[in-house]
Amino acid sequence: MANNFKKKLICIRCPRGCEIQTSLDGHGAITSITGHFCKLGDDYIRSELTDPRRIVTTTVRVKNGPHPLLPVWTTKPIPRDKIFELIKLLGEIELEAPVSFNQIILEDIFKLGIDVRASKSMAKVSY
Amino acid sequence: MKDIYDVIIIGSGPAGLASAIEAKKTGAMDVLVLERNSEAGGILPQCIHNGFGTVLFNKDMPGPSYAEYFTDEAEKYGINILTDTAVIDMTPSRHVYANNIISGFIELKGRAVVLAMGCRERTRAQIRIPGMRPAGVYTAGTVQRMVNIEGYMPGKRFVILGSGDIGMIMARRLTLERARVERVVEAMPYLTGLRRNYVQCLQDFDVQLDLGRSVIGVIGDKRVEAVKTVKVDESFFPLPGTEETIECDTLLLSIGLIPENELSLKAGIELDPLTGGPVVDDKMETNVDGIFAAGNAVTIYDVADYVSLAGYTAGKNAAIYAVKLKNNMIAYRHPNMIKITCGYNVRSVVPQYVSPETLSATGFTLGLRAQTPMEKNVLIEILAGPTVIKSYKENYVRPAEMIIKNIKPNEWFCPGIEELSVIEIRLIEME
Amino acid sequence: MGNLTEKKFDFIIAGAGIIGVIIARELSKTKNRILLIDKEADIGMGASSANSAIIHAGYDPIPGSLKAELNVRGNKLWEETASELEIPFKRTGSYVVAMGGTEFTMLEELYRRGITNSVPGLRILSRDEFLTREPLINHLARGALYAPTAGVIDPFTAVVAAAENAVTNSAVILTGTELKGLNLQDNKITGIKTNRGDFYTRWLINSAGVQADSIMHMAGVRPEFSIKPRRGEYLIFDASRISLNNVLFPVPTDKGKGTLVSTTVHGNVMIGPNSMEIDWPGSPDTTSEGLAEVLKNATRLVPSLKTSDVIAEFAGIRASGGDHRDFIIEIPQVIKGMINLAGIDSPGFASAPAIAERVMEFLIEAGEDLELRKDYNPRRVAPPCFHKLSHREKAELVRKNPAYGRIVCRCEEVTEGEVIEAIKSPAGARTYDGIKRRTWLGTGRCQGSFDYPRVIEIMSRELGIPVTEITKKGAGSELVLRHTKEKEAV
Repeated sequence: MANNFKKKLICIRCPRGCEIQTSLDGHGAITSITGHFCKLGDDYIRSELTDPRRIVTTTVRVKNGPHPLLPVWTTKPIPRDKIFELIKLLGEIELEAPVSFNQIILEDIFKLGIDVRASKSMAKVSY
Repeated sequence: MKDIYDVIIIGSGPAGLASAIEAKKTGAMDVLVLERNSEAGGILPQCIHNGFGTVLFNKDMPGPSYAEYFTDEAEKYGINILTDTAVIDMTPSRHVYANNIISGFIELKGRAVVLAMGCRERTRAQIRIPGMRPAGVYTAGTVQRMVNIEGYMPGKRFVILGSGDIGMIMARRLTLERARVERVVEAMPYLTGLRRNYVQCLQDFDVQLDLGRSVIGVIGDKRVEAVKTVKVDESFFPLPGTEETIECDTLLLSIGLIPENELSLKAGIELDPLTGGPVVDDKMETNVDGIFAAGNAVTIYDVADYVSLAGYTAGKNAAIYAVKLKNNMIAYRHPNMIKITCGYNVRSVVPQYVSPETLSATGFTLGLRAQTPMEKNVLIEILAGPTVIKSYKENYVRPAEMIIKNIKPNEWFCPGIEELSVIEIRLIEME
Repeated sequence: MGNLTEKKFDFIIAGAGIIGVIIARELSKTKNRILLIDKEADIGMGASSANSAIIHAGYDPIPGSLKAELNVRGNKLWEETASELEIPFKRTGSYVVAMGGTEFTMLEELYRRGITNSVPGLRILSRDEFLTREPLINHLARGALYAPTAGVIDPFTAVVAAAENAVTNSAVILTGTELKGLNLQDNKITGIKTNRGDFYTRWLINSAGVQADSIMHMAGVRPEFSIKPRRGEYLIFDASRISLNNVLFPVPTDKGKGTLVSTTVHGNVMIGPNSMEIDWPGSPDTTSEGLAEVLKNATRLVPSLKTSDVIAEFAGIRASGGDHRDFIIEIPQVIKGMINLAGIDSPGFASAPAIAERVMEFLIEAGEDLELRKDYNPRRVAPPCFHKLSHREKAELVRKNPAYGRIVCRCEEVTEGEVIEAIKSPAGARTYDGIKRRTWLGTGRCQGSFDYPRVIEIMSRELGIPVTEITKKGAGSELVLRHTKEKEAV
């Protein structure tokens, strides 16, 4: 008889945050999903269990701007296990103002077709 | 600087910018926005996380992006935003006094004024955590600013008091900036922020959450060395024998937001003790003619888009008031405003007054907050006396999520509604 | 604060609380070289910045004691001192409130004591007369002892003002400087050892508060005496939620004056203290039991006090002499060259100018030349306090100096100009708390939430040090540990 794993996850697709129960068989295939209010929950469980992803928002150093940091983000969710690697990569960058809104900071990270982009524009400030 | 402006808006956050744009669109000619920070956007520049724009723009974006949408729009409309300008006094006659290093101490007059100065954070002193006064006790917003704007990291090992969204978001932020979050401690028996933030900010990073516990002491003389936590009951009394000492060097307080109301008080505006902000009607007008208010300065919101919607209402009506005044007309206030009161499990409502004319002709947006969570199907009941004149079904209500309802004309109706003085709203759990 | 090149002084004062700075000021009027040292990162960090802020009238101390004599004399002298130094001081008068008949008879005893101590203007008020003066008082009040000469003062400004005036008249102040030992020759003090090296002096004046016993023991003075530190906790209320006209005391017990209810010069109602003997250092600042006790005592006088209106709490440590109830003010016999001041708890602040006067008398008796310098300037001009100015004065100030155009603390309306002034003035601040005490920023409803990052930036710029060296109250209390993107040392 194959092992039956049970997992409980909170869905993050909307603020409701349904607690969803899911059962997996010995091969890791999903055998049941209960507790979700809508289809988004079903979607979420399936992707979360195979390929959990998150949007990352953070800052990057910038020279010659009004502030030493520029807020940036991944615009789309990236694999959860790549978050700290991305942070490390972004930590090595020092941009130079001016920066335009939505400017690409890091292109096609981890070959996922996702760019890290500037969350705002930043003018150059001469001191 | 002009002698008199049509509309002066205090604050350039999601409420202030929205007010300014709508005021211009509605016909106000001279619109001036006063911002005490060195850049426009109010609190938005430090809110680098996403979650903004989902309602208004059907997009999910970070706070600074949301701010840029609005500042670009404001620029298109020729709205003047004066930064580095702190408003320090205001009179009921709409004289506004502000301080600026270039223009100096300036005296302005507005035909109408919109208060959009946002909120401040509850402090350690207000919940009286005993202990010494070491370096390393901060409110979450202050650390958010330091980490995201100035680039200062004030600690290595953090304990966060409060499971509201700001606390959880900072837990993630600090972890990504290679600090260690030892614990999030919450006095309520339930999460006070959004569940999705629990997953994305705490669970993802293995940050432990303690529910039903509070911080009862700060240890350390020059620097925080540890905090003492204890289990608390429903009345928040500490239960002896449940103490725990958590080593850390920084205590982050995320224990609530309070509308900023210093200026409101100076202008003689009536405040609502339930919200801490001004009493407003469906036009977002306060009890003082020509002074309007919107956003977190009125009541604490959780979605910036709804703050901007309230800003649109305030800006539009401020412009109407100003234009009427310019043409020597008096803006009309309905003589029989209906007071909206908080019934069972309703913590607060905004606006607190609505006119019968609005109910029948224009409709309005209602925001209400539940006092305690109800996880089963809930009925929002609108009562005129003992009669339920309208009800709405909600799948659940939680204090963390303000319930916003767009009430269309005649949606709330009963015979004799023009003579009503009170409408009560209550939340009933359905079986 | 201060430079280290000069090593020889005529007088060294150990402890820069109100007693130390006022003595420094007095001595700086003379042709002597004065050094004032304090081990903390700023002056006045002990009881002088955490007390009831009351200049007592003087009916409470036991007749014939030094406390009685110097309290009444000091009360009178504060008028001129506060005026010369531009220290906020208001003679509000004070009331000892009697609840019930027994307490009312005790008022009579206090009154008699006050007369013996030569306290001017004392009067016992009937219930009706008192109730009209203080509408918020508990209506069970039976009457009150009214002392018109009592007043409220800004204690930390008093310390700073006296220190600034001393420095302007060439006294040297060194903070972060701890007295470690004495240099003696033939049983006479010739100098002191500190963590910053040795200094030569002819006289050492011990005004070290809670540590006065350690210093006197170094000289072999009063080995049996020890300071018994006692903590007093206070609560401050939101000025917009409750305001009071008067300074109210309960009827005193043998533990002390009790928990008073008063209004500070900044307009906030303040209640406290309680009195708890503690182990020091290492004892917590405020405790939930202590604050609860203070609130309970205070609501007995003013029932409308609510915890929800509290905006701040703090505690001070009294340098009590334990069973030795009176001030110790003496030139000890067992050693030459020392003036010993110890056990200066309440009414220490009220007595301060009189204590300094007494010290000067001792020194003259001992043959010291205390001739006044020709260029001595008794006046100290207070820096601008932005929020107190009229609109026109504000406009003028910002025009003259744009730094006053940037608001740094929005609750108390404190500007960048004032922060810079607090750093640059003689006896200026080098810590965040030092700026807070001088400008009052961060003490309002937001308790520093808004000003922290701005003040850190200004301090870094004005002091010319990296932000990671900015402290709250001295080494070990740094506010910024690193910049966010810096690679941490492994």
